[in-house]
Amino acid sequence: MVSQAVIWSIFLLPLGSFALIALVIRPFFNRYSLIAGYATIAALGTALGFSIWTLRSVAQGHDLRFVPLEWLEVGSATIDMGLLVDPLTAVMLVVVTSVSLLVQIYSLGYMKGDPSFARYYAYMSLFTAAMLGLVLASNIIQLYVFWELVGVSSYLLIGFWHERPSAAAAAKKAFIITRIGDVGFLIAILYLFTQADNFAAAGLNAFHIPDIWQAAQPEAAAGALLGGAVLTWLALGIFAGAVGKSGQFPLHAWLPDAMEGPTPVSALIHAATMVAAGVFLVARFFPVFQHSIDAMTVVALVGAFTAIFAASMGLVMNDIKRVMAYSTISQLGYMMAALGLGLYAPAIFHLVTHAAFKALLFMGAGSVNHATGTFDMRYMGGLRKHMPVTYVLVLVAGLSLVGIIPLAGFWSKDEILLGAWDGTGLVDTWVNKITFAALIAGVVATAFYTIRMIIMTFHGEFRGGIEKELEDKGETAPAGASHDAHGGVHLGESPFSMVLPMAVLGIAAVVLGYLGNPQWDEEIGIPKHWITGFLGDGLGKALGQAGHVATLEFSWPMAAVSTAAALSGIGLALFVYLRRRDQAVDPLEQAGRLHTLAAQKYYIDTLYEDVAVRKSFFRIIAGTLDWVDRNLVDGTVDLIGWFFRNIGTALGKFQTGQVQAYATGITFGILAIILALLLA
Amino acid sequence: MVEGYNGLLTATVFLPAAGALVLLLLVKGDKNVRNFAVLIGLADLVLSLAVFALFDRSAGADRFQFVDRFAWIPDSGLNAAFLLTVDGLSAPLVALTGLLGMCAILASWHVGLRVKEFFVWLLVLQTAVMGVFTAMDLLLFFLFWELELVPMFMLISVWGSGRKEYSAMKFLIFTILGSAFMLVAIVAVYLTPGVGTFNMVELSTKATILTSAGLLIPLPGLFWLFFAGFAIKLPTWPVHTWLPDAHTDAPTAASVMLAGVLLKMGGYGLLRINVGMFPTQTDRFAWVLVALGVVSVLYGAVITMRQTDLKRLIAYSSVSHMGLVLVGIGSVGISQGALTVTGLSGAAMQLFTHGTITGLLFLAVGLVYEKTHTRYIPDLGGLAGRMPVVAVAMLIAGLASLGLPGLSGFVSELLVFLGAYQAYDWPTALAVLGIVLAAGYILWMMERTFFGVRRERFADLTDASLVEAAPLALMVVTIIGIGIWPSLLTDVFDSGLAPMVDVLNGVINR
Repeated sequence: MVSQAVIWSIFLLPLGSFALIALVIRPFFNRYSLIAGYATIAALGTALGFSIWTLRSVAQGHDLRFVPLEWLEVGSATIDMGLLVDPLTAVMLVVVTSVSLLVQIYSLGYMKGDPSFARYYAYMSLFTAAMLGLVLASNIIQLYVFWELVGVSSYLLIGFWHERPSAAAAAKKAFIITRIGDVGFLIAILYLFTQADNFAAAGLNAFHIPDIWQAAQPEAAAGALLGGAVLTWLALGIFAGAVGKSGQFPLHAWLPDAMEGPTPVSALIHAATMVAAGVFLVARFFPVFQHSIDAMTVVALVGAFTAIFAASMGLVMNDIKRVMAYSTISQLGYMMAALGLGLYAPAIFHLVTHAAFKALLFMGAGSVNHATGTFDMRYMGGLRKHMPVTYVLVLVAGLSLVGIIPLAGFWSKDEILLGAWDGTGLVDTWVNKITFAALIAGVVATAFYTIRMIIMTFHGEFRGGIEKELEDKGETAPAGASHDAHGGVHLGESPFSMVLPMAVLGIAAVVLGYLGNPQWDEEIGIPKHWITGFLGDGLGKALGQAGHVATLEFSWPMAAVSTAAALSGIGLALFVYLRRRDQAVDPLEQAGRLHTLAAQKYYIDTLYEDVAVRKSFFRIIAGTLDWVDRNLVDGTVDLIGWFFRNIGTALGKFQTGQVQAYATGITFGILAIILALLLA
Repeated sequence: MVEGYNGLLTATVFLPAAGALVLLLLVKGDKNVRNFAVLIGLADLVLSLAVFALFDRSAGADRFQFVDRFAWIPDSGLNAAFLLTVDGLSAPLVALTGLLGMCAILASWHVGLRVKEFFVWLLVLQTAVMGVFTAMDLLLFFLFWELELVPMFMLISVWGSGRKEYSAMKFLIFTILGSAFMLVAIVAVYLTPGVGTFNMVELSTKATILTSAGLLIPLPGLFWLFFAGFAIKLPTWPVHTWLPDAHTDAPTAASVMLAGVLLKMGGYGLLRINVGMFPTQTDRFAWVLVALGVVSVLYGAVITMRQTDLKRLIAYSSVSHMGLVLVGIGSVGISQGALTVTGLSGAAMQLFTHGTITGLLFLAVGLVYEKTHTRYIPDLGGLAGRMPVVAVAMLIAGLASLGLPGLSGFVSELLVFLGAYQAYDWPTALAVLGIVLAAGYILWMMERTFFGVRRERFADLTDASLVEAAPLALMVVTIIGIGIWPSLLTDVFDSGLAPMVDVLNGVINR
């Protein structure tokens, strides 16, 4: 059985490598020093080992409950820091540490020679540590602490090349938009505290996550401390936080811009940290959500809408990383929709497989950039001849994303579709139907943009890379000091340190479906439906149910439907892109206004940045208040000052020094007083 | 009754003034003056940290410790005493004053004009502020309160920039106006039959001493007179307009002291006198405090967005953050259940954490101004590559200011919100929106000042030197330390606030 110290060190190891780099390596060694990278990799390698150990221990059914440490006690507020280790945590630990480890190895090659190499690894360590802290948290405030630290680490990494104005702006945008969601999360916490006395009366702690689960159960011994409309609002507050972090509509606008960070950062953000945090949060509080039909409906519909909405923008992007960014938003929509429908285990299963193939896709984009110097697919093409390994790996990851049997993505997506079709009874039937329709349509779109991306990047003729791009834009030198550009075009395979982690993920993108073991019985090493059963049982245990929960049975008809959807998308993309004459022109542009609408991201960025923030908020609201402050509030002060300065001058005029004048004044004054007294 | 003579507080309070006197009379040469001032600052920092560290925070300890008391003006018939003492509320603020005083002195290393006078005033200022936090006799409190005006006025009007005379005068007039209200209230309290004392310990521990019977001015009147004095100092909307002017035109050291500790005198006064001596009135008017607080938070934050001068920007952000002190105090207005110390502790923590955060922000901005000779944001940009140490300090202070967990600002904001939401849910939820606005103005400021393309004309900028980096490091360590280990402070604050909460729970009728 794994000990408490081992679990803590999963989080403390990357935190330690952050401290080591920030306090020792960066100040006292050469800042290009590879030690920073090795320290991070060593820390994460160990953490991965410990995570697997923890997962094993959880799977064996050990009781991993520990007494939390008290962090802060003020009045009636007691805030603990503890460990909540259940199947969800254990799975997430392995996903986070393994993806992060591979990304760090990849970065050794990708970031080589960057003047801020040490700073990069410091931030990456902090990012991973924050995510691990979030996953392990047993207290909602502890979770919020690491939630915010994940946010700030992503701010630092997206804005890593801070001398590029677009990177600095994207970092700021990411932090602010996610923070809007965090307001909801924080208010949910504040609400819980108002119930602290009631919780305490039932022997519970209002901040302790398992206690919150228990308080939300209508049939619980605690007597449903949270119920009805309150429960819905509480769930929606938490969901607001998840919408921000996981880039769900309408707070999705930050994620495509987050491409400004180094590509390995994108791989980490899109796979295992940051965006996964939102899905994790909803899953973590699933026992609360599932008792509110309204909240579940909102989660499902937001997820379903985001799934097709983001995919539609992915269809027309020309930047390879942006295609993948919209793909991520869309796939997160699948996970959210699944959670909203009550498909807890399939959602997390999809998170796991998605982590593998999406990290690989981003690494592939980085590898392609390494060769061509650009991310614009219009200047790529024909790369399969020059970088065959990257090509094969991206193809595998892409098909896994599309959901082609028997790749990993198929199995997890199939579970979601199956569940959506069957329904779980946690939401109304119409929600199931709408969600299912949206997700199937999403499969077609996913297949289309994935194949489009692969054709534009790897097939056809090479279209010149960064050199041609700069020529077309009429620039001579790369914009910004340190663009991702690795010094122009040099077609060829990436270095071993980059290809190795990609190969590992490539294998994962093929075989991870095995975790779902759809058809066979014990003889292949794990039970049937192992991962969904494992996660589902974990949830059941949290709710006090014994025994095994039901898992979804594989269905050939559903597999046929989803495969047909995927193949139709693939076929359409092949038809459109293999037949085009001019490779530099996107055939989709013939769609005219529709194309423009999607390419302009439905003008949502314009609406947010220009109309809402710049014009309405900054110019009108803030401008008016500023004017009021300067002229009315401060003006009054100056006016009073002016009044007292001048009253002296005015009164001075009466002080003439003439006794007669004073006597007259006194006389009239006395007369006035007498008169007043007589009249009173 | 608090009696005795310990001596530690007298030393802590008067060491800077004594140092100033020696400086004035004996020390010659700018270099010696600086070194001597640093020495005094360091000695006083040690003393103030000793006060904090030696403060007995165990459960059964005396509430008021390190008492220095003797009869003062004995033959006048005036029942006033020289009484210095600290409780859990004031001990951390004494430490804060020591910390920021040290930083202010180090930040003034490059002052070239009338060096000796500058440090004399700076040291006198430190004595005055220390005195405010430790005096527990209303008359003495008031004397220290007024004493602080002179050095600050001189620092702004002589060593400032821009419209310095206007700003110094504005600062003076505003504060004196507040003091006038306060003086009336102090005299009225003293002259009330059956009171006849300036002793703040008695006035706050015997809550029944100030009842409506026989008061010269009705209780609400007294409450609002004191409030006026403290609200101007805090400052709260709509009496905040002296702050941006004073900050913008003050030299770095004065800005650090002004934002770091002088504003805290207002918050301290509210907690010590308004909450401590007028519990019934605090309960009755809690909603007004929350309303003013929420308006200050949002109004201050929105206007911060519009600022183009770095110092003005930080000044307005202070208005926003000090609003949270009022919101935290408003937790007293809880309508069901017993009041707990959470919200008040948040307000007190906010005093400390905002002191360190704004102190660091002003230190960093001071360095930017010193090196680039501008604070106008559109003229800046791309500084991070040239001065990474200053950029990191600014980023840490900024992130703490927007309430990032792991840094000190988060703890105080969280406690304020937790406490206040129990009493006023919707107003508090509105105040929570301030965290988004704070993220907006801080990160936008960072983007425009430190990030972006390097500018040619900043090509020969140098990063902070060792002397310049020392105060930055001191503040960074404090901010991260409190962020990770907040109970170091909250335990002390709670020991001072818990008795007040007991009194409040005794008098609040629901």
